[in-house]
Amino acid sequence: MLEIPVIRWGQPYESMEKDKIVHFETGEAVATVNNANAGLIKMDMRKQGKARDILRQFTVEQLCEMSAKAADLYQFETLPLGNGTQTPAEFCRMQSATTGLPEHMCAGNMKKNAYVLRNMRHTLEALTRGLPLEILTKGYGMESRGVMVSYQAQTNVLGMVLPSNSPGVHTLWMPVIPLQIGLVLKPGPQEPWTPYRMYEAFAQAGVPREVFCVYPGGPECGAAVLETCNRAMIFGGIPTVERYHGNPRVQAHGPGFSKILFGDDMVDDWEKHLDLMTESVFANSGRSCISCSGIWASRHTEEIAEALAKRLGPIAPLAMNDPKSPLAAFTVPGAAKAVNAQIEELVKAPGVTEVTAKYRNGDRHVAHERYDFLRPTVIHCTSTEPTIANTEYMFPFVSVVKCEQKDMISKIGGTLVASCLTKDEAWSRQLLDATNIDRLNIGEVKTIQLHWMQPHEGNIIDFLFRARAFQNSPPPSH
Amino acid sequence: MSDTALAAKLAKAKELLDEHTRQTVRWHFSDETGCPFWLEKKKEFKFDPLKEVNCFDDLKKFPNFEDEWLRGGPIRRWVPKGLADKPVYVFETGGTTGIPKSRMVIEDHWIDYENFSDTLPDEFFPRGSNWLMLGPSGPRRLRLAVEHLAQYRGGICFCVDLDPRWVVKLLKKGDISGVKAYADHVIDQAVTILSAGHDIKCAFATPKLLEALALKLMDKGSSIEESGIKGIFAGGTEFTPQWYRFCREELLGPNVYITPTYGNTLMGLACGKPFDPADNFKITYYAPQPRAVIETVEFKDYNQVVPYGSTGRVKLYTLTKELFVPGFMERDEGERELPHDKYPWDGISGTRPFHEFAATTTVGVY
Repeated sequence: MLEIPVIRWGQPYESMEKDKIVHFETGEAVATVNNANAGLIKMDMRKQGKARDILRQFTVEQLCEMSAKAADLYQFETLPLGNGTQTPAEFCRMQSATTGLPEHMCAGNMKKNAYVLRNMRHTLEALTRGLPLEILTKGYGMESRGVMVSYQAQTNVLGMVLPSNSPGVHTLWMPVIPLQIGLVLKPGPQEPWTPYRMYEAFAQAGVPREVFCVYPGGPECGAAVLETCNRAMIFGGIPTVERYHGNPRVQAHGPGFSKILFGDDMVDDWEKHLDLMTESVFANSGRSCISCSGIWASRHTEEIAEALAKRLGPIAPLAMNDPKSPLAAFTVPGAAKAVNAQIEELVKAPGVTEVTAKYRNGDRHVAHERYDFLRPTVIHCTSTEPTIANTEYMFPFVSVVKCEQKDMISKIGGTLVASCLTKDEAWSRQLLDATNIDRLNIGEVKTIQLHWMQPHEGNIIDFLFRARAFQNSPPPSH
Repeated sequence: MSDTALAAKLAKAKELLDEHTRQTVRWHFSDETGCPFWLEKKKEFKFDPLKEVNCFDDLKKFPNFEDEWLRGGPIRRWVPKGLADKPVYVFETGGTTGIPKSRMVIEDHWIDYENFSDTLPDEFFPRGSNWLMLGPSGPRRLRLAVEHLAQYRGGICFCVDLDPRWVVKLLKKGDISGVKAYADHVIDQAVTILSAGHDIKCAFATPKLLEALALKLMDKGSSIEESGIKGIFAGGTEFTPQWYRFCREELLGPNVYITPTYGNTLMGLACGKPFDPADNFKITYYAPQPRAVIETVEFKDYNQVVPYGSTGRVKLYTLTKELFVPGFMERDEGERELPHDKYPWDGISGTRPFHEFAATTTVGVY
């Protein structure tokens, strides 16, 4: 049996508490994971300053080169894992087996992570807006335009309280090591695979192991990471986001409520954008904060919903190792049943129609003994009023909502990605000014098409560093 | 110890328990000595406890004790007539919202902790030394019991102010920073006491507070050992083998003794089996028989004890002159353990929240 230890500043630690992570279909144990305890994390974090000291012995450039090397190791090589090893194919199989994500989607996420690692130098250049990177190491320096700038790290380590259900989130923490900040990872209970493989890839690429901690464990471990790291990210639902709202130390990532918005100038050509809409809803089995959960337009919404339903409705689960497997499984008992029941209740509201049912040949909820699927669902809403007009679920689900263009920005609420199909300059200006939209696409861009050189839910540089004044000579007289 | 010798000890312990059960039932169900609650309850039974309870196993004739019976007054209905002229304490559990459960006590907390005192090694809990009580204050049994333990051993007990109900309220509000600030407030009190020259060598602490105190002392360049503490008994909240190991290896070091305990306001205090490296940090508790008994019972049949090594729910019995609890289903589960030379009756290990309640129970708030 594969046994995975706790990692304490690069040292493996065998715990008295171990959890078996199991194959979601068979219940068979895939690995034993050693669990940390909160006190152990608090004890370790007393030494977190050392991680940054160690990383500052390298230049950012050197660490970017190591990242590129780590990308190849992560994507292509057999790497140690606990008391065994893991090939890239095994990684995809294991990740699929414990998270319910089809293997080809695991491979897709792996490729995406490797891309970000491989292009780290460019990513940092973009995120720092061309700042000479040694300024981050030294704390200050002169820019080419002759201006003194100073950036002060706000933490020695970044804590990450990671989820189990969305392997896509790992790209967020990859720039941290090249930025000379240590990494403290609390993996999701079903997804230890990426943190451990990435840790090993970085280590084999030359990054000292002493700058990493990996702490599998219960909620108390997540709380300890958040308490002891001056900067941390956590992933969860709306209550998690609300709990940490306004806390400068914690970046909470929740549902995205990402949307496609049609301008009145382009909505009559909606058919040309059917692929864009379908893929925005369906990619990665709709299991992402950047997956589209709402398509808003002032007209043609019935036809749009009908066309999407015709494409998505017939899609049914396939085996996880089928290269065309379209749907991720729900592996938490009762979760799919509860979501399905909630949808059934919400579609009873006036003006709401479930459009997919007639194309599905069966129920939305496909129940198995140990797991479930929810088949793609397209809802039509004649107004923005029903609750289901602005809802997000962890499967391909979209509400097509009728809304006047002039009301859209105020009614969409917080929206992580808005892909806006318009050439209307005045509306584009309003969209640019809309502070409830995080990532704005104006043009034919799918919600799931991210450019890694752009910030995501805030620039990680601004999260980890503070721009401040620094002078080592008097300023010019005035 | 040979099997024969242990078997003899077991038989003797069982005999003692049976006799103690008979006396206890007689006391609580006699019109002259019983408490109003049980004398009234007796009328509902289809058996006569005075005639038909002749051994411990006969206690299964009683319905399970419902702790809801303890909620609200009058508290005097629990005072046995035979003890009616004694001063009465009342200790509470829960109470974050609504009416807490109350237990009437006269001297049980003293007796329980005097018995517990006999299990503490003098080397680490020196007689005459002073104590730190780092646990809940207010209407809690623990605070007075630990103070009595200190006094019984010739010392003086220093306490902190800690209101666990306030912590639960903060947690329910999701006020994590408030919880942290309150924990800091409690630890600051402990650090102040330890720094004040009171020559404290022994302590009671909950695992979470001990951890916080040890880390705070480390941050100040000191340690539990440097503060002068030699022996700690811990309990009150979940105490896991991993935490036990972490505590011994990293928080305390080799020169500070720690022993786990398990208990509640109803039962008293179960002792931990003395540390043995061969146990690999498994924690096994033994109830203070015959005054209290722990059984590990089937989830589907609370009158059926599970086989040794198997998992079951914790069932408690309290058999003192002050309180009669003929089988109370605790909110914990664990594994049934074999008797031990020092405690020749069943033990329990791996205690943790009962799996059916675990998701909804707020545990270990202080």
